This record gives sequence, C-alpha cells and structure tokens, in this order.
Amino acid sequence: MPELLRVNDLRTQFKTESGVVRAVDGVSYYIDEKEIVGLVGESGCGKSVSQLSVMQLISAPGKIIGGEVIFQGQNLLAYKANGPEMRNVRGARIAMIFQEPMTSLNPVLTIGQQLTEMLVLHLKMNDEAARKRAIELMTMVGISGAEKRIDDYPHHFSGGMRQRVMIAMGLSCNPKILIADEPTTALDVTTQAQLLEMMKDMVQHFAASLVIVTHNLGVVARYAQRIYIMYAGRIVESGTTKDIFGHPRHPYTIGLLKCIPRLDEAEGTKLVPIVGLPPNLINMPQTCAFLPRCSHKIEKCFKEPWPELAPVDGNHFIRCYADTREKK
Amino acid sequence: MSQLHDDVLLDVSDLKMYFPVTRGLLRRKVADVKAVDGVSFKLKKDETLGLVGESGCGKTTIGRCVLGLYRPSAGKVLFQGKDIASLPEKKLRDIRRSMALIFQDPYSSLDPRQSAGSIVGEPLKIHHMVFNRGEYRDKVEQLFRIVGLDPAMSDRFPHEFSGGQRQRIGVARALACDPALIVCDEPISALDVSIQAQIINLLEELQDSVKGLSYLFIAHDLSVVRHISDRVAVMYLGHIMEICKSRVLYENPLHPYTRALLSAVPIADPFVEETRERIILKGEVPSPLNPPPGCPFHPRCFMAVPECSQAVPPLRPISDGHEVACIRV
Repeated sequence: MPELLRVNDLRTQFKTESGVVRAVDGVSYYIDEKEIVGLVGESGCGKSVSQLSVMQLISAPGKIIGGEVIFQGQNLLAYKANGPEMRNVRGARIAMIFQEPMTSLNPVLTIGQQLTEMLVLHLKMNDEAARKRAIELMTMVGISGAEKRIDDYPHHFSGGMRQRVMIAMGLSCNPKILIADEPTTALDVTTQAQLLEMMKDMVQHFAASLVIVTHNLGVVARYAQRIYIMYAGRIVESGTTKDIFGHPRHPYTIGLLKCIPRLDEAEGTKLVPIVGLPPNLINMPQTCAFLPRCSHKIEKCFKEPWPELAPVDGNHFIRCYADTREKK
Repeated sequence: MSQLHDDVLLDVSDLKMYFPVTRGLLRRKVADVKAVDGVSFKLKKDETLGLVGESGCGKTTIGRCVLGLYRPSAGKVLFQGKDIASLPEKKLRDIRRSMALIFQDPYSSLDPRQSAGSIVGEPLKIHHMVFNRGEYRDKVEQLFRIVGLDPAMSDRFPHEFSGGQRQRIGVARALACDPALIVCDEPISALDVSIQAQIINLLEELQDSVKGLSYLFIAHDLSVVRHISDRVAVMYLGHIMEICKSRVLYENPLHPYTRALLSAVPIADPFVEETRERIILKGEVPSPLNPPPGCPFHPRCFMAVPECSQAVPPLRPISDGHEVACIRV
C-alpha cells in the first residue's frame, strides 16, 4: 500500500517552571494507506503528544519546535495551527478520538447537533442532509434507534455509547486517517471488544488508516499490522506486529513483554518486573534514557549518545547498541 | 471434617447487599439497587480468591461487606467462625485487626499531610500492638524493609514517592497488624504497566513468606486476577456466574459469560490471537436497579433459551471445585 503520512524528526516541548520537558524528542514514523498501526508506551512517553502534534492541537506552554508532517504531499506543520488549511485537514482528512468519552462531548448540545456540525462545516451539507447522514452514521456504529437517540444529550448515553458517537463523529467526513488515543481504556472489557471490533470494520469500510495509541500490548497484538514502541519521547522499536511480539529486540520491549501477566500463561509463571522508574523528561542525559533500567546494557551505552533507529532485519528497527538476540 | 472446617478463613453465604433508592422530601424508598444478590463462597487459609467482573458487578461491595464496612441486607459473613454481619460495632474492631485493605488509588488513599512512617505505624497504635517507642520504631522499620522501601524514607511525605512506592506504603500499612486476610481492591490498576509487575510480585512473595495470609483479590483485569489467584469467581450483576481454579478458568471455561469475557481480553501475542475464539457480546450490562428476571446474563447470552428467564440459576458443582450458574452447561 502507498504511504499516506510521514512524520520526520518531530519535536514538541513544554516549558515548565522546573525546566523544559522534551515530550516528543525526534520522532519519525509513517503510516500506509488502509493500515492499522499501533503506538505503544507507558504514560508520559509522548505517545499522545506526538499525535496531538500531528493534528497541531498543542497549546501553550507546549510548542512544536521542529520536524515535518508530510500528508498527501503537504507539510502540515507549515500551516498555521488555526489557519484555514489546517482546519480543512483536522477533522476532515485526519480525525482523532480521545480516551474520555465522558468529557469529549459537549454536555449542553444534543448528539445530533454535535454530529451534524462537522458535516455542515466540512462537507457543506444542508441541515436536512446532515441529519440524515448523522442518523446513518449512528446506525453504522451500532446505536440502535438512531432516529430517536439523535436528539438526546450526551448524559443519556453510557460510556460505551458515547465512544460510539465519538467514532461516528471521527468518521463522519470520511477521513484518510483516524487517530484513536486510548479509545477503550476507560471502558469495560466486553464493551472494549465490541468497540475495537467495530472500529476495525469501520476503517475498512471507509478505506481509512487507523492509529491506535495505547499502553495495552494485547490490543495492538490483536488489531495492529505494524507497531511503534515509544519510551521517553522517542520511538525505540518498530516493526510488524509479528516481528515485535515474535522477536522483540529492544530491551524495553523485551522487558514489557515479560512483566505483563498473560491470560494463557502456564501455572506458576513468574513476572519479571522492569526495575526502576520511567525517567523524568526534564534534563534528560545524552545517553539512552532506558539505560538505568536496562538488563542488556554494555559499556558503549554509557559512553555514546542514544543511537538512532537502525534496522535489525527487513522492516524491523531498534534504537539500541546491545546485542539482544535470544541466545540459543 | 473438622480439619476441613479449620481450613476455612472466610465463609460467605447467601450474601445480599441492597442499597435503597429514595425519592422526595420524606425519602420514600422507591427501589433497591441490588449490588450483591445472593453470593456464597469460601476462602481458605493461605489462599487467594480472585473476584473479577465488569464495573457494577458488585465485586467491591463484597469486599466492603467482608471488611464489615457495609452491613449486609441479608446473609452471613463468617470470618474465623464469627459472623461479621451481625456483630456489634465495638466487637468488630477486634476482628478488623486481622483484616486489612489495599486500595486502588495510591494517590488518594494516603493522607498527604502524614509522613510515610506514621501512615504505616498508625494501625499499630490504634490496635495497641506496640508498647513503647522503640518497639514501634523497630516494627515500622521492619515493615518498610518487607515491602522493599528504605526505612530512611519514613520521614518523607506521600508526594515525595512515586506511584509504585506509594502502593508499597499501602501494602506496608495493610501488613502492620499481621492480618489473616487482605482485601486487595484493584491494587494495581492505577499503576504504569512496568510498575504493576513489581507490586504483583511483592504480594506473591508476601504470601509465600507470611504463614496463613489470604487475599481476596478484586480486579477487572482477568489476566492479572488469573495470575495471582488460586481460584477465581466471575461476577455479573451481583451474582457469581462461575467459580473455579484459575488454571481451569482459561482451559475450560463453562459459563457463556466467562467465555465471552475471556475472549474479550486480547493476549499480547499475535500468533495466539490469530486462532482464538472471539465472542462479541451484544448490548451492555443492564442496570442493577432493574435487573432482568431469571439469569441476569440471559438478555446478552448467545446460548439463552426461554427457560433462562424463569429463575435465577443456582451455582452447581460440575467437577471438583468447579461451580457454574447456568442451566445450559
């Protein structure tokens, strides 16, 4: 599939009283057409901020200080954040849904008013056509009795139903990319499964690409074709889902996979925790940020700066000096 | 037979907890929220029982009833042979020494104006477990070491600790009075993925080293519950649907809800995921205010027959230690 989006050396900083937080520090990745990509990391690793930067939704004290976001041949970062060009992209061609379905809908407007707003604005529909389309979209995402429910307010909907509305809204203008930032974290597992399955079908139907931002390795193992693992504002490993889970090569990825309990694990399996804590993103050292917690470190790691992403084989990249291949 | 009986630390039978819904000036009762509706289980010494279910299934309410924090509407909670549900408040205090609680949120469950040492040591004072200052200091120091914290940090305040360290303080506080039972209510769900394993391992090591320590482990994450528990009870709308050894839970789940719940949890392995059974449930969990008649799960069940709406199916044994509440199994 041809490439749809390419992000080069993206950098986003937050100026705080205690120093500059390098939330996203040189992130590069790409998304192909009709692809499902997983972006995985723990809280504070910069996975959400990188996606908000692509959408230019960073507000003060945050600032995008460098990089390119090439989408359909155009550098989105060259557009003004609130200029007309960016507004034509945001919501219409790249849409985003957020973790908290409780707070991302406006409580004083009906679902219909919120859903039709985008259709009228971006697709220049008239009110009647927009309403009809909104009902169609709601039915597609699995809201039964959409004709009646369209005039309800967000508080009439459960968490799962609100997230369905958010997905309908995200897809309403037929975007090329849907970015889902922890879309199901706040929901129960059976609802989570319903929604992810539905999202997968929807992006297929609309021929869109999906970026799933999550800390849940299981979710990406089930749905993503390719995965980026982030740590301390950078991508530390990337590859196909089978590469990442079958032959993880970065010590952080290896550690993560050993420290989560698996539903199908054998009795008496011991978890191997990653020692220490995620780093403070203020005053980061030049060396690898994972070094203090790493179990594969070698002498070179202490002397040289954090390496760039380098291929280990084919389309599998890591940012590491150590030889982490499984010893036979 | 008596041997068997001595082995049981906690025996909950037909526990019901209804919360009244009132309306109007006179607080007229208009309905009941049936948070827990007839639950029975036993917890043995040295055992970990996992309570798992989606939000609103009543798992936390059971934990609170067991600790005597709620007075149940009906049923018995026998802890070391004494019925907590009917004991007067004064006598409860003595029993509570033998039970402790670890909370979900390590941020709001520690008093920000109390030093870590005094948080851990407070139960010792309340229950008169120590008799002089030296003994108190030694005991607090010992508790810090047990949970892997440096005793030198005991003068620090909660905000100076990370999430994982705070949860360690919570564990130390729970251990202070040498409890026989610790109710762990979602103890790791507020922590980062790489930190969760540290706390799980700590809880497991404690159980290995402290004789006669049982856990009632409440969580929504099936993989975590299965990892730490000897047996697991799967709950839905105030009822236990299935209870079995945790190994059996994954290998041979029988209740349709258990099967759906298991299949909804993705495993971090694309090779396994390719071939797994995937049951996607329709609809959402009904309100406990107005639960469906008969089996609470039947409106969403893919195996339901008309008889399912007739009566609540009781838990019945299928094989050794494996009980299921379903007429279709």
